[in-house]
Amino acid sequence: MSFHIDATVRARNLDVSLSLGQAETVAILGPNGAGKSTLLSVAAGLLRPDAGSARLGEQVLFNLDGGSRVWTPPHLRGTALLAQEPLLFPHLSVLDNVAFGPRSAGASRAESRETARHWLAEVDVMEFAGRKPGQLSGGQAQRVAVARALAASPELLLLDEPMSALDIHAAPHLRRLLKRVLSGRRALIITHDVLDALMLADRVIVMERGRIVEEGATREVFRRPRSQFAAGLAGVNLMAGTVTEDGLRTFVTAELPSLHVAGHLDDEAEPGQPGVAAFPPSAVSIFLDAAHGSPRNSFPVAITDLEPHGDHIRVRAGDLAADITPSASAELGLEPGSRVHFVVKATAVQVYAA
Amino acid sequence: MNFSGIPRWVYGLAVVGGLFVLLPLAAMVAKVNWGQFIPLVTSDSSLTALGLSLRTSAASTALCVVLGIPLALVLARRPFRGQRLLRAFVLLPLVLPPVVGGIALLYTFGRQGLLGKSLELAGIQIAFSTTAVVLAQTFVALPFLVVSLEGALRTAGNRYEAVAATLGARPTTILRRVTVPMVLPGLASGAVLSFARSLGEFGATLTFAGSLQGVTRTLPLEIYLQRETDADAAVALSLVLVAVAVIVVGLSYRRPRRADIPAEAAA
Repeated sequence: MSFHIDATVRARNLDVSLSLGQAETVAILGPNGAGKSTLLSVAAGLLRPDAGSARLGEQVLFNLDGGSRVWTPPHLRGTALLAQEPLLFPHLSVLDNVAFGPRSAGASRAESRETARHWLAEVDVMEFAGRKPGQLSGGQAQRVAVARALAASPELLLLDEPMSALDIHAAPHLRRLLKRVLSGRRALIITHDVLDALMLADRVIVMERGRIVEEGATREVFRRPRSQFAAGLAGVNLMAGTVTEDGLRTFVTAELPSLHVAGHLDDEAEPGQPGVAAFPPSAVSIFLDAAHGSPRNSFPVAITDLEPHGDHIRVRAGDLAADITPSASAELGLEPGSRVHFVVKATAVQVYAA
Repeated sequence: MNFSGIPRWVYGLAVVGGLFVLLPLAAMVAKVNWGQFIPLVTSDSSLTALGLSLRTSAASTALCVVLGIPLALVLARRPFRGQRLLRAFVLLPLVLPPVVGGIALLYTFGRQGLLGKSLELAGIQIAFSTTAVVLAQTFVALPFLVVSLEGALRTAGNRYEAVAATLGARPTTILRRVTVPMVLPGLASGAVLSFARSLGEFGATLTFAGSLQGVTRTLPLEIYLQRETDADAAVALSLVLVAVAVIVVGLSYRRPRRADIPAEAAA
């Protein structure tokens, strides 16, 4: 019993292949427009891909390759979708919203309401059973939406940023609830939040421009990110290139030419392999002139942004960031456009295979 | 006082516009022979015409709902080739002179008409029957329902339907339990407008159905007939139609109930 999807949507430049185990929750991370929601729509059957196939257990969700073109409509798939907004049916009571799935599956009115009561109790909103959705707060409504999705007893739960429309007080409550109900279930959850991925997911995949660029166990991905997006979430600087004897030769980027980065090689990193160099913004110092002498790295950059970051100033230069004290920033007279050098000791740089 | 942003002269023209509609109604009411009002509107021919009007309008409204919901769904949901053309044709009766609609119907369902010949062979005769009245009214009233429902469907979007589908609801279940209930206010106001248009239908009815008392002579036809012989009766019956119209418009433009407001807005 596993889920596998292989899909190409040319109009949205999506081309992914993904598998989920029996009771696995996978978080999908990635910048806006990476194709995350498109992937969920394809899995749910709301969008027909140009090519590919998908199976959920014994059931073929679609198979558009070769001669046989199989397409299972959304209502026969067992893939419940939970979106950013609760989208509770406004004309039905909370109880009947949650009873909607079982009722559609052919249960009697009484049976489906019994199931609905069970799930309302499970997500702790039993007292709202008789209300109309318009009388609920955003957090309450989203919990009812979770109950409604679970009551349909889906084989695969699809969650599209379920926390993003909630205020900061309601989100932690729902996150704890999801942690409880997702354990032992198969689910795909799109999120922008490291905390969601760490708390809810066994595994993460990172999507950029319609492709999966990185995947792995959640902790491992944040400990040693290999994609720019995961590095940003993990709060580290990342430079990609080719592993050398004592560091990394970077690829040319929009901001920087190919550079040699001196760093500490991971045990498994072999020279000649594609790899990445990672270092935290706190390890970066800023100088107006090039600082020479190994074992220091000095990158000539142009500052793009300055923003407060805790009690430090985060200085951004393209994909790189440095955290310095406000007094140091004032002393250097930093402002967007300033040309400076980001300097980082070789011992602070980790180099590992990508 | 809140800032309105409306120049003062606009209010002046708005008053003129309001008077333009109200004044003729007032003039008509002033002409009503109140002493004879009840006998006039309860005469045999009046009651027959009113009854026929209400029955045929109810039937044509039902027909508008049955045909209009599918049309509005097809026009509102998924774009397809020729959709704009289909919409233009569906809305044509709004701008077509009703008498032209009546002639078109006659050449479709009349004895020598496109479908009429086959129907005649099957022993069904439509022209100049009560059925013809209903068809004429449906022809002119259908666009009102389609326009109003299509707008409601577009505003509602199809995200709720998508959720319903992933919860396991078949398309027909979604239509019955989600789509139609969610656009019910739009459907209701569309049905009310269709009913009102059917009630007032004159030109297409006269052309296609004629004016047989008790069979095809609806209230507007009765009023037109009475106008030549008994002006008092015509005015009295007109007032009845105005009253029905006021009730209908009042029903369709009442403020939305709280339950109709989406969750996000009410939260």
